[in-house]
Amino acid sequence: MSTSTRTLLFRVLPLVALGLLLGLFYIGLDRDPRNLPSTLIDVPLPDFALEPIPDRGNALTRDALLGEVSLLNVFGSWCVSCRAEHEELVRLRSEEGIAIHGVDWNEKDPRDGADWLRRNGDPYVLAGQDPDSRLAIDLGVTGAPETYLIDPCGVVRYKHSGPLTKEVWDDILAPAVKTLKDAPCTARVPAQEDVP
Amino acid sequence: MRKTLRASLLGLALVLGATASAHAIGPDEVMDDPALESRARALSKGLRCVVCQSENIDESNVDLARDMRLRIRELLKDGKSDADIRSFMVQRYGDFVLMEPPVKPSTYALWAAPGVLLVVGIWALVRTLRARSASAAPGSDPTAPAPLSPEEQERLRALLDETPQENR
Amino acid sequence: MIVELGHYCLVLALFVALVQAVVLLTGAARQRADFMATATGSSLALFALVGASFAALTWAFVVSDFSVLVVALNSHTDKPLLYKISGVWANHEGSLLLWVLILTAFSLAISLLGRNLPPTLRSRAIAVQGLVTAGFLLFILFTSNPFWRIPPEAIPLNGQGLNPLLQDPALAFHPPLLYAGYVGFSMAFSLAVAALIEGRVDAAWARWVRPWTLAAWVFLTLGIALGAWWAYYELGWGGWWSWDPVENASFIPWLAGTALLHSAIVVEKRNALKVWTVFLAVLTFSLSLVGTFIVRSGVITSIHAFASDPTRGVFILVLLGLTIGASLILFAWRAPQLEGGSLFAPDSKEGSLLVNNLLMTTAAATVLIGVLYPLVADVLNMGKLTVGPPFYELVFKWLMIPTIVLMAIGPLLPWKRGDLRGALRKLTVADAAFVLTLIAVIVLAGADRYWTAIGLALGVWLATGTLTELALRLRGGRMPPRATWGLVLGHLGMAAMVIGIVCDYSWRTETVQAMRPGETRHLAGRDFTLLEADEVQGPNYTALRATVRLDEKGREVAVLHPERRDYATSTMPTTESAIASNGLVDYHAVIGESSGDGTFAARFFYHPGVPLLWYGAGLMALGGLISLTDGRYRVGAPKRNTATRSRKTPS
Repeated sequence: MSTSTRTLLFRVLPLVALGLLLGLFYIGLDRDPRNLPSTLIDVPLPDFALEPIPDRGNALTRDALLGEVSLLNVFGSWCVSCRAEHEELVRLRSEEGIAIHGVDWNEKDPRDGADWLRRNGDPYVLAGQDPDSRLAIDLGVTGAPETYLIDPCGVVRYKHSGPLTKEVWDDILAPAVKTLKDAPCTARVPAQEDVP
Repeated sequence: MRKTLRASLLGLALVLGATASAHAIGPDEVMDDPALESRARALSKGLRCVVCQSENIDESNVDLARDMRLRIRELLKDGKSDADIRSFMVQRYGDFVLMEPPVKPSTYALWAAPGVLLVVGIWALVRTLRARSASAAPGSDPTAPAPLSPEEQERLRALLDETPQENR
Repeated sequence: MIVELGHYCLVLALFVALVQAVVLLTGAARQRADFMATATGSSLALFALVGASFAALTWAFVVSDFSVLVVALNSHTDKPLLYKISGVWANHEGSLLLWVLILTAFSLAISLLGRNLPPTLRSRAIAVQGLVTAGFLLFILFTSNPFWRIPPEAIPLNGQGLNPLLQDPALAFHPPLLYAGYVGFSMAFSLAVAALIEGRVDAAWARWVRPWTLAAWVFLTLGIALGAWWAYYELGWGGWWSWDPVENASFIPWLAGTALLHSAIVVEKRNALKVWTVFLAVLTFSLSLVGTFIVRSGVITSIHAFASDPTRGVFILVLLGLTIGASLILFAWRAPQLEGGSLFAPDSKEGSLLVNNLLMTTAAATVLIGVLYPLVADVLNMGKLTVGPPFYELVFKWLMIPTIVLMAIGPLLPWKRGDLRGALRKLTVADAAFVLTLIAVIVLAGADRYWTAIGLALGVWLATGTLTELALRLRGGRMPPRATWGLVLGHLGMAAMVIGIVCDYSWRTETVQAMRPGETRHLAGRDFTLLEADEVQGPNYTALRATVRLDEKGREVAVLHPERRDYATSTMPTTESAIASNGLVDYHAVIGESSGDGTFAARFFYHPGVPLLWYGAGLMALGGLISLTDGRYRVGAPKRNTATRSRKTPS
């Protein structure tokens, strides 16, 4: 390489690097760096059995979710955004007829979740407590609320982080629920072991 | 209220530092076996807190970090290896949870970057040094700057004169 | 009313900045002395206007005018006055205003102190400063206006307060120092762009660039050190650097600035490396801007990034593209005209300074890549990942070894001709110190501590080598110039830091336990006894305050008072660790929550060598300051020059 090509390279390379950097930043502006994709998509749910919320019937187990399309919603009475999505969940249960199960995550007192549901309405078919994040860690939960779409075979099909709004339901979840109702059970990878 | 830390941290203004460290690892979590405990500490220092992010779970005061620390200790008690526990977390949270990026195709570029930069730099440096120490007579260089005008020379001399240059 | 006045001043400042840039650029292009003579006046006006604006905002904070949105969100009537004032820059809007204020202060400084610069160069440099100022003023006025009011019906009775973690004297002064560093590099940038417009760079140019770079570098060094110190004593686990993106955003320009500082020496003394130095000057400030973007735009997760806002992000991105893009295009166009320069041997002082530049820029690039890689992986759909401390620590371990070796050898090399052998011969004392330290550490700490041994030995070697350099300079009884003292202190500072870092990484320990008052715990040769823990009342918080006695072999050495504070305005309690230091090693006591059964969570830490970090940073900054006072680099106009100044200098 001759000296002049080298200096030309030295003069032009910074501009190329700047162009790449600006492009990267521009795309990056539209992305939420905190949004962590789920590793569970198309993977069967891990096995679990959660104690029910006090005065609230049956335990929440993996087997209880099988046989129909359902939503698994992680919430907590301490969680402000959960309050924001709650009305939508109540509406979904009464109007859309989808089974929603609740994971009451990380309550200080098991009664807190029960009281909260009593005050704000109870959209859940089954609701279990996860006081020490046992299921939350297995699901890869990073914060509440989070909602998982589960197919009839117990395979996770979609994860939504943050409050569930009508838009999310109409645009993403409702179409997915429709296709899943008739789809055969397929899982991409076997269910996770406790430790590989 | 506790997990809304996520929201309040986003709003946390300014520069260096991190969150309130009210309860990083607490005394009730410590294992009886010191060998296992020190492995637990080392493991949790290598795992990122997924709620507050950019903190490891050992330092984090978020409840989920605490639950992850306890889960690690549980797995250690069951006799799992450090590698087992790391892949346990990766299976659930992805590579993101590892403070040290794993060496795999998607990170080859990252791990190679410092070395490649250094090699390219050394190559450029050697070329420059060769050119600089070449015996080419000054003036034969076509890109050399135009000679100074008399005024400029005088100005330069004035500048250099009043502050004697020390040369060793 | 005062707030509106401040707002008005800011709008006016925008126009002054634009007019200043146009008038000065035209004046320089057409050789109009009358145009160029406006530089001082317009710089003064700009500084006064932005200063008035800043004062108006400060006033709003001091009197707690909660009708101003920024004040309502970031202040509180109960806050002590110092933190009301520091609250001005503890938020996005106010900190940007401080950023611009510092920018205009530097413009004013160059217009007042740079009278010996060729008038066209001076005009162009001030014009570039004016353009950057205008860009940031637009950004403030349109996306981050600190003077926005809240509608009267929504004015809160009290503010939301400042994050209690930030209510700390060190953190009150950390941002201004950091910004003075970031923004200070704009001077080298503006002078470089001006030189590119003129198409010439000479030794005199380097002599003007160096003091400004040095001043910015000193500020940045102090700013970073203050932030690290704050994290160390405030956050409660004795961590002083976590390679967080925001920390890295300040470290990258520091590394580039360090390279610039050294390459400017070569331009000045030997009239070589001109193209490279101009490039570094552009690069250093560009990296400051990129750092600002990273912190402000939310593209990268950091625990202490400012709340993100997409319009702000796009605006800064455009500003970034225009500023850096224009200067790099100018560079690509004009660089060939700057070619040339004197020759030197590879193992001369010039050669060693070039190797320094290679190492510093590689380090800066590595940190930048580490910060950006998660974003790259995400954008290319390669998954989310983290680049954490292990990556940086591994890379820096290998980059710092040659850097330290070079730092001792380089100063001993002669200019122009190579004499590596001669330099190495002068380092026999340092070699002996290296070997002795290596053996001592291996014998005392064990052979598996070889990294500790190598690290400490290198630190000692650098210190000894640097002192050798000083001794050789002092021989013959002549006082070396102040720049030499600066070099010696700066390099000694680095040696102190290396030793401190290696000690802390190798030997720090801690213990976590539940304790009842009266119980004792042993850690690293000291006994920590928890004497009592009481509730106390602070100005705007309540605290659990513990008394911990520290004994060494049964003799009391210190009484510590760690606190755990609950601020009325925040749900997060904060810890105030208490540190006992003997000047070389630190012991921390941290008090945590009470478990209700009479026990308290207590954490004790042993951090050997950390004080050396602060000495090291102090020595570096002091070295920089002493260099600044060297007659050759003094910012002010050398007297003899008045004669030449009046003469017309063709550009």
